[in-house]
Amino acid sequence: MSKIKLQDHILVPKHEVLPEKEVEKILRILNIKKEQLPKIKSEDPIAKEIGAKVGDVVKIERESPTSGKSIAYRLVV
Amino acid sequence: MKYADILDKYPFPQKVKEEINSELEKFNVKKTQAREIVERCFKAYLQNLIEPGEPAGIIAAQSIGEPGTQMTMRTFHYAGVAEIDVTLGLPRLIEIMDVRKNPSTPMMTIRLTEEYAKDRDRAREVANRIESTYILDIAEVLTDIRNMQIIIKFDKNAMDRKHITFEDVKKKIEKGLKEEVIENEEDLTITIQIKEPSYKTLLSSYEKLRKMVIMGIKEIKRVIIRREDDEYVLYTEGSNLKKVMKVKGVDFTRTITNNIYEIYEVLGIEAARNAIIKEAKSTLEEQGLEVDDRHIMLVADAMTSDGELRQIGRHGVAGEKQSILARAAFEMTVNNLLDAAVRGDVDYLRGITENIIVGQPIKLGTGDVELISKIGVKK
Repeated sequence: MSKIKLQDHILVPKHEVLPEKEVEKILRILNIKKEQLPKIKSEDPIAKEIGAKVGDVVKIERESPTSGKSIAYRLVV
Repeated sequence: MKYADILDKYPFPQKVKEEINSELEKFNVKKTQAREIVERCFKAYLQNLIEPGEPAGIIAAQSIGEPGTQMTMRTFHYAGVAEIDVTLGLPRLIEIMDVRKNPSTPMMTIRLTEEYAKDRDRAREVANRIESTYILDIAEVLTDIRNMQIIIKFDKNAMDRKHITFEDVKKKIEKGLKEEVIENEEDLTITIQIKEPSYKTLLSSYEKLRKMVIMGIKEIKRVIIRREDDEYVLYTEGSNLKKVMKVKGVDFTRTITNNIYEIYEVLGIEAARNAIIKEAKSTLEEQGLEVDDRHIMLVADAMTSDGELRQIGRHGVAGEKQSILARAAFEMTVNNLLDAAVRGDVDYLRGITENIIVGQPIKLGTGDVELISKIGVKK
């Protein structure tokens, strides 16, 4: 059987590791430090799947019931 | 979207953009007019955004708490699926907020891959692979005390129904009991000879045999097949997402459980956040209560912001407050104050609760801003 890709699950929104350049841009727009972002654990099954390392910022495209699509960021810890 | 070029200049949420666009299209507005309309819409949008300093958390707590008082305290009945009973109402809401690792009524909704979903017999096949089957479901077990034997008489019909072969069962028993197994394929019996002649081993072997899962997943106690639209869906009593996902014929992308902690472990924090929102919303809706999604989303965000599931309560969100006074005001006052005194903790009075306790203005709303007058500066 082929390996299960957890990201295909309906409950899991799209995750991707944000490139370093983008991170700075986002932090400037939000006017916060990296540590103030919500966290995601490096042992998180999805973080493992996309190969996120500690210190990376993960971009999450959520399907929101109120605004259609919303983007959230999490810091890998 | 026809008016996308105008709308993209404004930071509207996706849904608002679509709505404005469809309205504009309906009246087929000219571009210049559209620009003006969108500008006005943006002003209205800004006015409707939450004010800085608004106590969003308190409003969320009130908005969920108030309808919560109207919920039935004890509702234990059958919802959704006719034969599976699910905790609903206030007990369920508390369960969600407390992040119980073992909810009182775990349940799964399993959807099947295309080749299995259309046909009842094939769906039954998958159900057999999932539902836990014990030896007593397919056979009669006798203990022969004189000869120190356990005799298992298989029921051919039951075995056929479950698609279990004699060989499989034999292997399972051999592996699980580590005793001598004598089989007789003709009249479908297995005799287990206990090596050590004592009643205790005989009885403990019998107990072991009775509890042995011959087929399926241990946690799944019952499976019900139902037709939904044009496909068959399995509903289960009991839940084990990790194992069910790997079963052949299960479409794991659409298979869900109501055990939020399990979702967190298997699918990660973002899936858990979605599950909390979904479960809380459906629990409230089922009771005929309407709570704005945003309040529930805020609760879910607070519970998942650390990367791990935290409950709303003294072991989670409230217990991790940095202020001693705020923790003491919530639960276990004496313990919190005593521990803080022993450790020599300092309360910096930065939060809300502690400032109310000492009688200072709180940092919320108009209290959050400080005015400084510059003396001697001309206008």
